[in-house]
Amino acid sequence: MSGHRLSGALHDVSADAGYADPPPRMGFFTDTSICIGCKACEVACKQWNDVPEDGLLLTGMSYDNTGELSANTWRHVAFIEQSAPIVPVLDKELPAPAARPVTDLGMPGLRSADPQGTTTNDTDLRWLMSSDVCKHCTHAACLDVCPTGALFRTEFGTVVVQADVCNGCGYCVPACPYGVIDQRKEDGRVFKCTLCYDRLKVGEEPACAKACPTQSIQFGELDELRERADRRVSELHAQGVDVARLYGQDPDDGVGGDGAFFLLLDEPEVYGLPPDPIVTTRDLVAIWKHVGAAAVTLLGAGAAAFLGRRR
Amino acid sequence: MREQRLVPDAEPSSYYGKPILKTPTWKQPDVPLYLFLGGAAGASSVLAEGAALSGRPALQRAARFVAAGGAGLGSVALVHDLGRPERFLNMLRVFKPTSPLSVGSWILAPFASLASLALASDLTGVAPRVGRAAGVGAAALGPPLATYTAALLCNTAIPAWHEGYREMPFLFAGSGTSAAGGLAMIATPVDQAGPARRMAVIGAAVELVASERIQQRLGMLAEPYQQGRPGFFMRTARALTIGGVAGSVVGGRSRAVSVVAGCAYAAGSVLTRFGVFQAGLASAKDPKYVVVPQRERMRERTLTR
Repeated sequence: MSGHRLSGALHDVSADAGYADPPPRMGFFTDTSICIGCKACEVACKQWNDVPEDGLLLTGMSYDNTGELSANTWRHVAFIEQSAPIVPVLDKELPAPAARPVTDLGMPGLRSADPQGTTTNDTDLRWLMSSDVCKHCTHAACLDVCPTGALFRTEFGTVVVQADVCNGCGYCVPACPYGVIDQRKEDGRVFKCTLCYDRLKVGEEPACAKACPTQSIQFGELDELRERADRRVSELHAQGVDVARLYGQDPDDGVGGDGAFFLLLDEPEVYGLPPDPIVTTRDLVAIWKHVGAAAVTLLGAGAAAFLGRRR
Repeated sequence: MREQRLVPDAEPSSYYGKPILKTPTWKQPDVPLYLFLGGAAGASSVLAEGAALSGRPALQRAARFVAAGGAGLGSVALVHDLGRPERFLNMLRVFKPTSPLSVGSWILAPFASLASLALASDLTGVAPRVGRAAGVGAAALGPPLATYTAALLCNTAIPAWHEGYREMPFLFAGSGTSAAGGLAMIATPVDQAGPARRMAVIGAAVELVASERIQQRLGMLAEPYQQGRPGFFMRTARALTIGGVAGSVVGGRSRAVSVVAGCAYAAGSVLTRFGVFQAGLASAKDPKYVVVPQRERMRERTLTR
């Protein structure tokens, strides 16, 4: 059997999972350079998928009161306030915004500049916003380790939990190299982004992408999204935004590329993403070999205990 | 002009210090206790067959008790840990070699049945041939039962577990073997307990060497095994295991010393499992254990390219 690869680049992930003649692999390209942190994606996802409330807490660290992806948060807008030189993110051809009075919001580092302006000389402050989501990995550890078959690969190449099969063993939770999937405590089962499997089935785009007002979240065929992302990052580099880089688009990375990948303006860990994730099952064969050797050692220990002296 | 920093930040950057990975939802004491029970039961099934072959009925009975009891209690702990315990049978819905938990379920279920059958036959004297055959079956499944749990922990993204996958199976094999030997020493008259003592000593040696190696090889990821509560557990486990060895070598012919040494082995094995389990949790909670080794890996890759 040629299917069920555990690591490495894989062109047709649905065919590898056993689908005959699957539709193209679908995914997200989240361009964080045009995210405005409005959280419409978080709301749209909750509404469409009927995701429960995730705690009405103030984190006190930033405008991000959601905190992290979880069983009850399938889109999470990260909000980073940095003391770093601002980068010209918008197209240079855009007209400069009309002069307007500056309001001091009490933000750190704000002197006499509009923190979101791009034509000021503010060099002390930068806001990064990024809508995080399940990566729908080419080699998904959550799916590999699921003992019940509750997690499965859809015909669109995405990874979905079947809630009626999951028995809440929780193995997928520590398996995910991105810390995405989690258990809903009061329910016992695990939940995560489905890439709106139900909407995909009827030819609709996922709720978050539909609701995104700036097209920071772009949905489409993964191959096309990868090309679009390459063009976008070259465009930004040409504009002098050297910090722009793609994250998760490389089919040769540790998870065989993400079905949902990103354009970031800083190192991944700044956004709470692992810099070099590797699917744990890449080492599975080696792990089983060591387990086998250890089992033989145990048997040998037992035999040795009975050899030699009698009593 | 902003000042240029000559040395990198002591702390790697992170998203407000929040963890990158999710902390395992596996409950305590359920899962670490199961690691101990499964290890002790698996190794005991081997001890029981050896005792049966060499004609040591008291040792055989004690080991069969631990094999069946450990598997039974361990199964209860595992089911209790599930978010949906009523769906525990879904564990046997498919067989997936990529999921150590699936493989383990397919080892544990027949092992528990066979070990119980062997014990029941031994206790009642009914169907001795069937009982022995069941015991042989359990002894064949015992070593995998005692070691697959290492794959269970290591086949995750948890840094302190995954990176230790070369040593963890041997650590667990040793820990299970010393526990099986120790528990049999508690319940067996000294004149029949010789193999149990020897098994415990061999297991302890394997456990101590594997534990030492894991902590030497992992570099920064050894910290969770050395610091805080898991560090205390690992150090105490080591002391108890060494104490067990000393007791069984020096005082193996004394029933009282054997009982104390057996308890030390078992307690050492329990603490090793809790130490390893909690070290993994600690490595998941601090993003530096994800970021720093991954950055190092990336740096090495660019250097060798």
